[in-house]
Amino acid sequence: MSKAEKTLLNVPKIQADFPILHRKIRGKRLVYLDSAATSQKPRQVIDATTDFYMRYNANVHRAIYELGEEATREYEGAREKVAAFIHARSPNQVIFTKSTTEALNLVAYGYGLKGPIQAGDEIVGTVMEHHSNHVPWHFVRDHKGAVLKYVDIDDEGNLRMEQYDELITKRTKIVTVSMCSNVLGTINPIKEIAKRAHEAGAVCVVDAAQAAPHLPIDVQSLGADFLAFSGHKMLGPTGIGVLYGETEALEATEPLLGGGEMIREVHLGRASWNDIPYRFEGGTPNIAGAIGLGVAVDYLTDLKMEAVRAHEMEVTRYALDEIHRIPGVRTYGPEDVKQKAGVLAFTIDGVHPHDIASILDVEGICVRSGHHCAQPLMERYDLPATARASFYVYNDSDDVDVLMAGIRKVQEVFA
Amino acid sequence: MADLRELYQETILDHSKKPRNFHEIAEADASAVGHNPLCGDRVTVYVRLRDDTIADIAFVGQGCAISKASASLMTDAVKGKSRVQAHQLFQLFHRMVTGKPGDPVNTAGLGKLAVLSGVSEFPVRVKCASLAWHTLEAALESKKEIVSLE
Repeated sequence: MSKAEKTLLNVPKIQADFPILHRKIRGKRLVYLDSAATSQKPRQVIDATTDFYMRYNANVHRAIYELGEEATREYEGAREKVAAFIHARSPNQVIFTKSTTEALNLVAYGYGLKGPIQAGDEIVGTVMEHHSNHVPWHFVRDHKGAVLKYVDIDDEGNLRMEQYDELITKRTKIVTVSMCSNVLGTINPIKEIAKRAHEAGAVCVVDAAQAAPHLPIDVQSLGADFLAFSGHKMLGPTGIGVLYGETEALEATEPLLGGGEMIREVHLGRASWNDIPYRFEGGTPNIAGAIGLGVAVDYLTDLKMEAVRAHEMEVTRYALDEIHRIPGVRTYGPEDVKQKAGVLAFTIDGVHPHDIASILDVEGICVRSGHHCAQPLMERYDLPATARASFYVYNDSDDVDVLMAGIRKVQEVFA
Repeated sequence: MADLRELYQETILDHSKKPRNFHEIAEADASAVGHNPLCGDRVTVYVRLRDDTIADIAFVGQGCAISKASASLMTDAVKGKSRVQAHQLFQLFHRMVTGKPGDPVNTAGLGKLAVLSGVSEFPVRVKCASLAWHTLEAALESKKEIVSLE
């Protein structure tokens, strides 16, 4: 396959929107290939957060004056944008959190620890989850006596779907799965998994941290009861995340944070709660973060998520083809880009991933090395660590070429 | 600008590929396990003492080139030294690798360990270079628990 020239995105035009991509790293052009950890931010997002502080900073849902009115309008406008982005029926199904981690913990706490989960009830996860979709469920097991079960993967990194037949039982109350693996790039069949969860009377919790930035998402068609993602991986600011919930599931969920905003009335010793979603947003929210996320959603919507996905498939296909030409390099995860997002985990024979990342760093290339917050998955592959390159809207085949030259350099140093 | 060859000098590559004293010591007087959870590096250091002197030292484990080379060079450097001398050497070594990037590097008294001075240009790699040393310190203090560099 030739270089991915026939892209659906105008990458040079996109790159021009990202100020950071114009700086040099150790004298070299910055080639940022760690968007699975956090994406870079376009000027539009940076300007929107600055604009909030410069022109209309005020608390939301409280102030009578004009500034507060503006801040509330923009904050709630961001909620509407996010709802439309994931095709939620109503903006009231969108809860702002600080991160995917907080969103998943809210579900584990509010639906698991304080909600309808009983001792002996089962929670079915997978071995490919990020730590943030493992540890909150450990809490539920430890405090509620729930039973944790895990679906395994095959050697190419696809979920062994047939295991759901055995693992989901009458006692299963929660089926939780990442929509896209942050190491393997595997895109999981959420619709099918949610269907099986619902047949057993369980809810389906989806960690979409790696999916929302890269794939079109329609929560209604997926059938997700809860779906969590982060702003900072999708061109937005850090410190803002989203929990989407089906109305029925949210009604069965207790709030995680008690305090301002989340109440209707407070008396000494008792309180009644505000409506959903405000019930789950105790304390002054990250207003600038939400507004920035709204603008990030605008940016992605203008590009069209279908085009984002098609572009990343091309770049990933090109990267896989090129990396396979280099002897002594192994990759992990699906080979079929229809099943894989733009995440490329790899190792080089005889070289520790940390050394790979350091040598690439000198070439101006940012890749991740380590266990990627997925230690159970690394254990599954019996690997202490891998290197990982991940692609986004501002990456193209030139970046892949620089990476491949960098990998050859690593091999030269260790020859 | 930090040069790659400063970090990955021939001596470092040689020690990482053919680490010296890379074995267990069956009847060690002291040993400790060091673990860097961030990168999965794990090292066990074994020591035989004669009075106050490190009569023999060896290590096993897995890790990046920097951590392996550093462990290997360390075992060569402290063999035959007293506990106090080994500790002082670690102080000097630590000062060298934690120097601010761009600042002049002081390698006085470090002998062959000076090849790791390039690490100071890569602050995230300091933990790799110092894992074996922290583990040796723990062994000499006879701490049996795992040393964890967070």
